[in-house]
Amino acid sequence: MNVHPARLLAQVDGPKAWDWDFAWEIVPDLLSALWVTVQATVVGVVLAMVLGLVFAIARRSTIRLISWPVAVFIEFVRSTPLLVQLFFLFFVLPDLGVVLSGFVAGALGLGIHYACYTSESYRAGIESVDRGQWEAAQAINLTATTTWRSVILPQAIPTVIPALGNYLVAMFKDAPLLSTITVLELVGEAKRIQAVTFRPTEAFTLAGVLFLAVSIPSAALVRYLERRFRYERA
Amino acid sequence: MSEPDVEETGTGASPRPEAEPMVRMEQVTKAFGDFVCLDRLDLDVKTGEKVVIIGPSGSGKTTILRVLMTLERPDSGVVEVAGGYLYHQLRDGQLVKGSEKHLRAVRRNVSMVFQHFNLFPHMTALRNVSIGPMKALGRSKEQADERSRELLGMVGLDDKVHQYPAQLSGGQKQRVAIARALAMEPKVMLFDEITSALDPELVGEVLNVVRQLAHTTDMTMLLVTHEMGFAREIADRVLMFAGGRIIEQAPPEEIFTEPKTERTKAFLKAVLHH
Repeated sequence: MNVHPARLLAQVDGPKAWDWDFAWEIVPDLLSALWVTVQATVVGVVLAMVLGLVFAIARRSTIRLISWPVAVFIEFVRSTPLLVQLFFLFFVLPDLGVVLSGFVAGALGLGIHYACYTSESYRAGIESVDRGQWEAAQAINLTATTTWRSVILPQAIPTVIPALGNYLVAMFKDAPLLSTITVLELVGEAKRIQAVTFRPTEAFTLAGVLFLAVSIPSAALVRYLERRFRYERA
Repeated sequence: MSEPDVEETGTGASPRPEAEPMVRMEQVTKAFGDFVCLDRLDLDVKTGEKVVIIGPSGSGKTTILRVLMTLERPDSGVVEVAGGYLYHQLRDGQLVKGSEKHLRAVRRNVSMVFQHFNLFPHMTALRNVSIGPMKALGRSKEQADERSRELLGMVGLDDKVHQYPAQLSGGQKQRVAIARALAMEPKVMLFDEITSALDPELVGEVLNVVRQLAHTTDMTMLLVTHEMGFAREIADRVLMFAGGRIIEQAPPEEIFTEPKTERTKAFLKAVLHH
């Protein structure tokens, strides 16, 4: 038998491995923390979807002064950890005179970080639109703006939805990093409970279950949207 | 987007008398790498004239149309459409590169039908035809739709108005594409091998539409085609194009019966007796 001494001790005189009463007691706190996680994710997702599209279009610009800085920025963000970016937004920006709350810095960080990934998906989606579509738009003299809005994006975005959906779930799972910049989201709250009560099992197990409870329906929703937006190409 | 230049046909040049050509290309050159597609091309097309361009594949026939549709910018030379410079503007008597706004204003006179239809797959036939007039000519939806229905009726697709491109046959798609181009009320229509991607039994229905257009309108038409019988029937003039140049041009009855150059003879022999 090869048992860790700490476990032996816990079995002898420590608390029960799983205490249902305690678990029920911490559920309300964990739920309100989950709500924070969801909010940060939703704000981040909206940012990532909008900014990602802006980046993708800017990167296609024939004006180098626009396309280059955007390309460099995307490369930079994709090559550095989200955690460092969050620290930068929360700890460094105040030195430059920009003070953001933990939540704002966190949601912003998530959004910008993932925008650099979604922009690549958008780019692939945009490139999947046949060149003939651009030419047809030109043959009926549409402006660049109308071409993007009425012709290209309605065809590009449905192809991007599965990828965007995957990023939504990934962002939700990355949201606990916000606990490092004072945001009491789900994992941060579980950690706080553990620190106060010395009972890690219920807190972290429930945190995991709550993540699942949101992730799985989200993934199902994404698959549904994917089917909805699919259409035959001509 | 309704932009202020929506109805503008002003071209920066003084209006030209009616006798001036509708399309004029002067010393137009276009090369892709080492391959010279258009070699100092000169071409005048009169208002209402139907010009058919024939020639071997890869000779740059299509590039002529693409330059007129501003899909390829020529390396040098001057292009005029409906009395306005397409790629240039007159400034203080000097020919300078035209602005995007100017380009759109002149391009308004031209529309094109493509080999691969290029319909918008996420729009019904009606929307495909109406979107141009609504967005680029500033028409209301009602006005645009009414005209689109007429045009779709004219190409024999009254009953397909609400179908999506994927639900249509190739011939039907191409007829929608023709209606879409016509809805822009162009002075110059470009047809780029519009039957080449069609099943043989669908070619007739598309050619009938174009034939009718050629006979009933005074629209200026440039067609690239391999349908020699059709070319003979509708062309006022046939251009034989090879190696980036027009090597022979004549009315169809002349060029098809007594071609003057060896190159044209060889080409016609090859396409007519295969």
